[in-house]
Amino acid sequence: MAFIEAIMQYGFLQKALLTSIMVGIICGVIGCFIILRGMALMGDAISHAVLPGVAISYMLGINFFFGAVFTGVVTAIAIGFVSQNSRIKHDTSIGIMFTAAFAAGIIIITLLKSSTDLYHILFGNVLAVRSSDMWITLAIGVVVLAAVYLFYKELLITSFDETMGAAYGLPVRLIHYFLMTLLTMVTVASLQTVGIVLVVAMLITPAAAAYLLTDRLWIMIFLASAIGLISSIVGLYFSFTYNLASGATIVISATAIFVLVFLFSPKHGLLWKMLKVKKKRASLI
Amino acid sequence: MEKTAISIKDLHVSYYGNEALNGVSLSVQPGNVVGIIGPNGAGKSTLIKALLNLIPKDKGDIKVLGKAVKEVRKKIAYVPQRNDIDWDFPITVLDAVLLGTYPNLPIFRRPKKKEKEWALECLQRVGMEEFKKRQIGELSGGQQQRVFLARALAQKAELFFLDEPFVGVDVSSEEMIVKVLKDLCCQGKTVIVVHHDLSKANDYFNQLILLNKELISFGEVNEVIQSEIIERAYKGQFAFMKEMGV
Repeated sequence: MAFIEAIMQYGFLQKALLTSIMVGIICGVIGCFIILRGMALMGDAISHAVLPGVAISYMLGINFFFGAVFTGVVTAIAIGFVSQNSRIKHDTSIGIMFTAAFAAGIIIITLLKSSTDLYHILFGNVLAVRSSDMWITLAIGVVVLAAVYLFYKELLITSFDETMGAAYGLPVRLIHYFLMTLLTMVTVASLQTVGIVLVVAMLITPAAAAYLLTDRLWIMIFLASAIGLISSIVGLYFSFTYNLASGATIVISATAIFVLVFLFSPKHGLLWKMLKVKKKRASLI
Repeated sequence: MEKTAISIKDLHVSYYGNEALNGVSLSVQPGNVVGIIGPNGAGKSTLIKALLNLIPKDKGDIKVLGKAVKEVRKKIAYVPQRNDIDWDFPITVLDAVLLGTYPNLPIFRRPKKKEKEWALECLQRVGMEEFKKRQIGELSGGQQQRVFLARALAQKAELFFLDEPFVGVDVSSEEMIVKVLKDLCCQGKTVIVVHHDLSKANDYFNQLILLNKELISFGEVNEVIQSEIIERAYKGQFAFMKEMGV
């Protein structure tokens, strides 16, 4: 396999592989909570909302991680504030806020006159990952995984029955924003691998496939990260071999896995359901 | 010696200036199963949420077990309305009951064997142990309600709040729930149940809170079920109530 040889040979490919594996895993983990809380759109919003933060960081010459987390969290708070203090529904509030943040980001980047960076931020360029970026991604990954491990109980209960959590005294609002912060961090880690536009796919698609395969949250989390990991490796392979944008190939790989699961999942798959209906109808003739 | 389970003094709650509860005062003694009854929009769920300190109050004083709610949260179990729950959530029956042990676990601690055995015991008390490995959405409405009751039992609470537990519930589950609630009240626990109509109020409860934004009546079930009092609460809906066997 030329791909494996190339990995052995080229440092940039090793970095790309490590980074995208980490991204696949943490996107899968956080994605499970995002889809179970019905916040898929929120994932899309936060990923777009980091753009002005990235741009401002470039302008100030600081690491883009700080600016991105800042604007991501501010947008999450603004979304919550508008929907809680008016008759505007949550999804509408999301639509208003993230497009505003995204638009601001585009303007700032245009003023900085660095359109190549914009392209890479939007669509990812994993083959250009620098060592420092890889280490940031790995550090973010460790922090996110540790946070989910330590606060698993609290995340589970507030995802399943938030009122019960609030009733026994959990700070549910705080936990929500904590999760939004983790989501922002995951987005930032994914910037170079899949890019802002496609991060949401890595959050949602592997988690959704896992959701169709199991009825237990912790198994779902492991499956989602496994699917994310496989998509990353397969996607990177196609990206490298055929010189395609890495974000696009990774996302298409994840989608292919989702389609397979959607059709053939043992319990919730389409095929299985159709067979059951057919069998039932046959038994009635 | 025994403390008053709940005492409410002059409670006012509103949503954006729209009155939801207006000057409600009452006190409930331990060892009662109390029904909260009233027409739609009477503020039944609002009363429970105010009692749990989940929504802000405009005025008034609430004491639970003689203390502020914040200090006794872990002695309170809450069972939500069935349609507030995502029944497709990837969680099994036993794991759902196990959630009831979480309030008493320290942060970072996972439930261990001891908690799992206790959850199973609670599941047995509602007669659902054979379903422990099922996903919660695979159960009937009555079975789902029993699982959530088991979760409340697992909390080892003194006070139980249930929001519409008898909606869409089959007869055997209903009997099971009533029995469990009566056992709790025999043990000196307090059970507060939001309920939408007066039919069977006699079977379910020994006290009633009749609510229509204001407290219409509070006391033993028989005292409260008097037609003129009912009429005041339901006003135009009286004829409809009569059909429901009041």
